Amino acid sequence: MSDRWVAVLSGGLSHERDVSLRSGRRLSAALRSTGLTVTELDADHELLNRLSIERPEAVLVALHGGEGENGAIQSILELLDIPYAGTDPRACRRAWDKPTAKAELARAGLPTPEWMVLPQSTFRELGAHPVLDALVDKIGLPLMLKPVQGGSALGARVVRESSELPSAMMGAFSYGDTVLVEKLVEGTELAIGVLEDSEGPHALPAVRIEPSKGIFDYTARYTAGLTSYQAPAELSEGVARRAAELAVSAHRLLGLRDLSRTDAIVDESGEVHFLEVNVSPGLTATSLMPMGIEAAGRGLGEVFDGLIERAIDGRD
Amino acid sequence: MSDHSNQPNEQAEPEKTGTSTPATGAAMGNLDTHSARYAERTAGMTASEIRALFAVASRPEVVSLAGGMPNLAALPLDSLSEEVARLIAEQGQAALQYGSAHGVPELREQICEIMALEGISGQPDDIMVTVGSQMALDLVTRIFCDPGDVVLAEGPSYVGAMGAFSTYQADVVHVAMDEHGLQPDALRAAIEELHGQGRTIKFLYTIPNFHNPAGVTLAEQRRPEILEICSRHGIMVLEDNPYGLLGFEGQTYSSLRSLDPDNVVYLGSFSKTFASGLRVGWVLAPHAVREKLVLAAESATLCPPTLNQMIVSRYLSTHDWLGQIKSFREQYRERRDAMLSALEQHMPAGCDWTRPDGGFFVWLTAPEGVDTKAMLPRAVTQRVAYASGTGFYRDGLGTRQMRLSFCYPTPERIHEGVRRLANTLNEELDLLRTFGSGGGRELSGPQTPSPDTA
Repeated sequence: MSDRWVAVLSGGLSHERDVSLRSGRRLSAALRSTGLTVTELDADHELLNRLSIERPEAVLVALHGGEGENGAIQSILELLDIPYAGTDPRACRRAWDKPTAKAELARAGLPTPEWMVLPQSTFRELGAHPVLDALVDKIGLPLMLKPVQGGSALGARVVRESSELPSAMMGAFSYGDTVLVEKLVEGTELAIGVLEDSEGPHALPAVRIEPSKGIFDYTARYTAGLTSYQAPAELSEGVARRAAELAVSAHRLLGLRDLSRTDAIVDESGEVHFLEVNVSPGLTATSLMPMGIEAAGRGLGEVFDGLIERAIDGRD
Repeated sequence: MSDHSNQPNEQAEPEKTGTSTPATGAAMGNLDTHSARYAERTAGMTASEIRALFAVASRPEVVSLAGGMPNLAALPLDSLSEEVARLIAEQGQAALQYGSAHGVPELREQICEIMALEGISGQPDDIMVTVGSQMALDLVTRIFCDPGDVVLAEGPSYVGAMGAFSTYQADVVHVAMDEHGLQPDALRAAIEELHGQGRTIKFLYTIPNFHNPAGVTLAEQRRPEILEICSRHGIMVLEDNPYGLLGFEGQTYSSLRSLDPDNVVYLGSFSKTFASGLRVGWVLAPHAVREKLVLAAESATLCPPTLNQMIVSRYLSTHDWLGQIKSFREQYRERRDAMLSALEQHMPAGCDWTRPDGGFFVWLTAPEGVDTKAMLPRAVTQRVAYASGTGFYRDGLGTRQMRLSFCYPTPERIHEGVRRLANTLNEELDLLRTFGSGGGRELSGPQTPSPDTA
């Protein structure tokens, strides 16, 4: 039992505010049950002032999207010299921008679906149809479209027919100015959590995701009952090993710290493809990271309590 | 329609990946052990991407034109708190005790005086106090509708009412409106078509004054005509009138109930004229209907909260409540003016909107091709929120429409919000010109803000 006092940051102004508030509440309750004193703070105009006056012993960032994942809040915490659990600002930026993370992994020879990055301005300048046609010629259908930044599948769309492409592009652009277009790899969806301790990063048991309607969109993610999960996922030994290695490699290659969650897909041949990595994974009642923690026989409060100790006492 | 077939036992065996012996996996589970048990009426009760976007509406950086919260800033809280303290001291034993489902008698008498302002002569005995009009909507549907019955409603219509109708598995069929409200010809045509299909129409649900969300008022000359059509076809009228006293020039309109007392069930509310958080509304119904409503209410809530009813009653007897309504009216008029002038100033060509002479809402139609639901994330990025149109229909219409509320933000904030909205629309139109089609798709779950959204 720890008697520390920590602050949990959640909310913010991103499209994922609602999810973040739920993550923050669940994390805070878990920490309180381990004996910690927790203050829940929104990332607003008051935040800097409160942190610098109240000075919690450590901060946990449960912000999703925007400031919580792009390193901005972490930079502020470094300025204030307040220990925090999780990745440092520079590595946050690398992981937050999906194409940057994919490029890093591809460079290391790890499988990730073929992709292309297209800002809104390209379409405006070159015309939508020539660009979309070229895209389909080069990568082929089906495609996965997502805003390059952000999570919870917001703005993400599967495109199976080229006629769906313009509308899917519009949908993705309503969440951000740049879209990541990936070749859709179909197969078994997995989420693999990574936790770091003094011996380095370790993969948690993979969580297998099976949305009842085939698409793991916002509703499928946050409506209990609409998606089936299996943790630990039933996987062949080889696939389980490759999935774990992929998540640990992503964590190491991108320089992540303390915790991360890699989303991956296993194709028919058993190849595990990297999709994206999250430095501030969701911690809600239907989120994947807590399922992995539980499948490892551990508790959310105990795990984050351990991360707090690492943040305060140093990580060596 | 949500899929309830995904309970653990019905899951297919997960496919094995790879060729070697599988590692031991846990059972496939869906996080809700009750998912096989839910009633059919829970279809659509899912997490909503759109609803989640409204979470930012409470942040001061965001101008919310999305919610419908009344502006309570002008309430006399000091004298009110004294009265509430006195109420507990003097009548605490009654105020904190069960009451009858019918409602506190003194309040029912006062409600008659309020309704008289709109030409309604009702007896206290024919009034039942409800937990807001919302409870009355639920109870009226409960006693009238079987699954598959039809409820006619304006298109667009109030989301909360349609939610109540859906709960009892009644089908909403919309009847078109124009700037003078519900169109009698459209009503006739809808009835004819439904009767031709052998459908049973139970009632017409209508908000004749300062409509939510459309912001229009049913023209005086149409009122008898609408009532005559309904009466001739044996269709009851459910008149919902929460904004009737909020006409910006102090004008009121003949209530449908006053024109046809036997065929109209009337709903009133203190939510917009006093305090929405007290949840005190009422239903005025023909005697036989009222008797059934009281019994239905007993099984729903036993009785409406006695303390809240007595607070309203004391407020009415000790405060200048009419003066207070006048001051609300003036504030809302000022806000309406701010919104209309900002819309004139900023909106791109091709937009059209209603010009309400009372109530809380402007209904805006965006240029051809715009999908306001798909555009909402972009608006939130621009720090402005609105309620997209499809949430106010049950038949997929409303793609180009949005509801803008002027009740809660100050005139300055309204102006800024409209400016941001115009920027959002311009960006969207630019993108539309590039791609030639909107970003819309089917989304599940509620698409309008929760009641506590600013």
